[in-house]
Amino acid sequence: MSNHDYRPKSKVGQWFNDRLPLLTLANHLTDYPTPKNLNYWWTFGGILTFCLITQIVTGLTLAMHYIAHADMAFESVEHIMRDVNYGWLIRYIHANGASMFFLAVYIHIFRSLFYGSYKAPREIIWIIGIIIYLLMMAAAFMGYVLPWGQMSFWGATVITNLFSAIPLVGEGIVTWLWGGYSVDNPTLTRFFTLHYLIPFLILGLVVLHIWALHVPGNNNPVGIDIKKPSKDTVPFHPYIVIKDGFALLMFMIVFAFFVFYAPNILGHADNYIEANPMVTPAHIVPEWYLLPFYAILRSVPDKLLGVVAMLSAILILAVLPWLDTSKIRSAVFRPLYKQFYWILVADVLILGYVGAMPAEGLYLLIARVATAYYFLHFLVILPVLGFKEKTLPVPLSITEPVLGGSPNLAAARNKESKIE
Amino acid sequence: MKNLFKLFSIIILIITSNSNSFAAEKVEYLKTDWSFKGLFGKFDRASLQRGYQVYTEVCASCHSMKYLSYRNLAEPGGPEFSEAQAKAIAASFEVTDGPNSDGEMFTRPGKLSDKFVMPYDNVKAAQAANGGAYPPDMSVLVKARGGGVDYIYSLLQGYEEAPNNVSLDDGVYYNKYMYGNKIRMAAPLSDGLVEYGDGTNATVEQMSKDVTTFLMWSAEPHLESRHQMGFKAIVYLIILTVLVYFSMKRIWSRVESEV
Repeated sequence: MSNHDYRPKSKVGQWFNDRLPLLTLANHLTDYPTPKNLNYWWTFGGILTFCLITQIVTGLTLAMHYIAHADMAFESVEHIMRDVNYGWLIRYIHANGASMFFLAVYIHIFRSLFYGSYKAPREIIWIIGIIIYLLMMAAAFMGYVLPWGQMSFWGATVITNLFSAIPLVGEGIVTWLWGGYSVDNPTLTRFFTLHYLIPFLILGLVVLHIWALHVPGNNNPVGIDIKKPSKDTVPFHPYIVIKDGFALLMFMIVFAFFVFYAPNILGHADNYIEANPMVTPAHIVPEWYLLPFYAILRSVPDKLLGVVAMLSAILILAVLPWLDTSKIRSAVFRPLYKQFYWILVADVLILGYVGAMPAEGLYLLIARVATAYYFLHFLVILPVLGFKEKTLPVPLSITEPVLGGSPNLAAARNKESKIE
Repeated sequence: MKNLFKLFSIIILIITSNSNSFAAEKVEYLKTDWSFKGLFGKFDRASLQRGYQVYTEVCASCHSMKYLSYRNLAEPGGPEFSEAQAKAIAASFEVTDGPNSDGEMFTRPGKLSDKFVMPYDNVKAAQAANGGAYPPDMSVLVKARGGGVDYIYSLLQGYEEAPNNVSLDDGVYYNKYMYGNKIRMAAPLSDGLVEYGDGTNATVEQMSKDVTTFLMWSAEPHLESRHQMGFKAIVYLIILTVLVYFSMKRIWSRVESEV
């Protein structure tokens, strides 16, 4: 939005740009003024874009060889692993790519929580982000069903059965979802179709997510509004491009380690057993990235209320901009919020851990306490904190300390670099 | 940056420990040095060939391996039998083919392109012949079991007299590594059960190791190329990362800010 008066140099460029201003868009994207103090937590946006594109490209290739049929799906996956040229590579990138995608999205979300990126004027960016996250979970769940292993089948059975908790129409909805009276071939084919569709919906929403971002511009670690362009900003290219690129490469090293040296460590062994409706696995567990919500689901004794709790745990994030009453964005200047933030991080990790354990005894108790705390954080602590907390003085600009300004910011930066 | 690394590794640690933490009923598996583990892990060719011998002479009478073809035996990264040997192996099996022009099914000697011949026509036949238990297909068996190769290796050597407080039904055996300790398969190996062509002493331990190596290959036939490519890819990425790091430093030196 910085350069409305941009004009291509060549005649052809001008002719084209007058009809479709793609070059103006490209110019905007390269010149886009970005706060110069963005730390590495901000690189996960670019990393996530990479993840999405990787999943789409590998997914397309897999779909060329995969057969969505209950009798052939498992075998076709083995065919990909054995006989398709580099099929094993493509499949392992796709399977581990899902985990990497979620790892990155959790870091991205928690970065936003720490620096208050969801607050005005960025609520729409945040809400679109939550919708993307929901779609990601749907896509990942359905993707996990496609190999038609034991965990695929029974995971699908457990999750689709959640809808039966809806009063009156629940059973009917489940039958409708399955396309029959149990998870079977019709379920598999429709899951395949939706699994193919959802990434493109996500892609569209990502465009909106970035568009909405480019209206107010990036938040930053200090969390203040800045003038754009100014001494506080750098053009997106080359500064942010190279920094995102560097972070992406580091991320890819971790990614490559999983793909080449531990490709099955994040999956469940039972999924290499072909689906068998007659044999139920000892423990039915979802993929690691869904475990916190699985723990919340199981911590409520009532089925319907459990489903409601699980859904609310995600949907509560959508109203977060209005639950957090503090005017200050960055946790750097919110000493109390910062502590509660880390407690929340620990809480979610604990939920993930107990989600992988059998829902009994001590695990169940821990899950219940952690679930209660999760809601307490968003529904009580955050709204109250905005009124009670004594925040630190916020600097006027990012460059202030560089030009010899406020000692507060220097102190703040010090703390911040510890986080970094 | 350092802290970023720390957090990253902690997260990964939590994830990986999570996925391994189901074995609440933990037993220590027997350990052996697998040649295929590690950054440069490769299969021991001779062990794979011996492992195939154990599979085909012992396991194959009950366990199918339906995703493998005889051609796989001669492919690089596997047991690497010569093509002639693989053809001879294939030809030693009777394969049902057809229908021919008269509409009749017929049998013929196997070819390289044939899948491994199954011991039973279907699951029901397998169950009927094994007291109701279905001997699982072995193609991806090591990937389908929690402890992987260590589990299979231990299980083969884990047969014991049942403790006094455990009562076993007919056709059920005690194995200290089996989930629940009860297994429907009798101890499949005994010393000297097969006669290795290369003169290796066929102890239970040796046969367990060989056949487990073979099963690892059957589950991950491209393991060697995966390791080789992985090493190249990661070295390439590290070099590129270092180069990009210095370019980044250079570019950012133009503004008064740190990266």
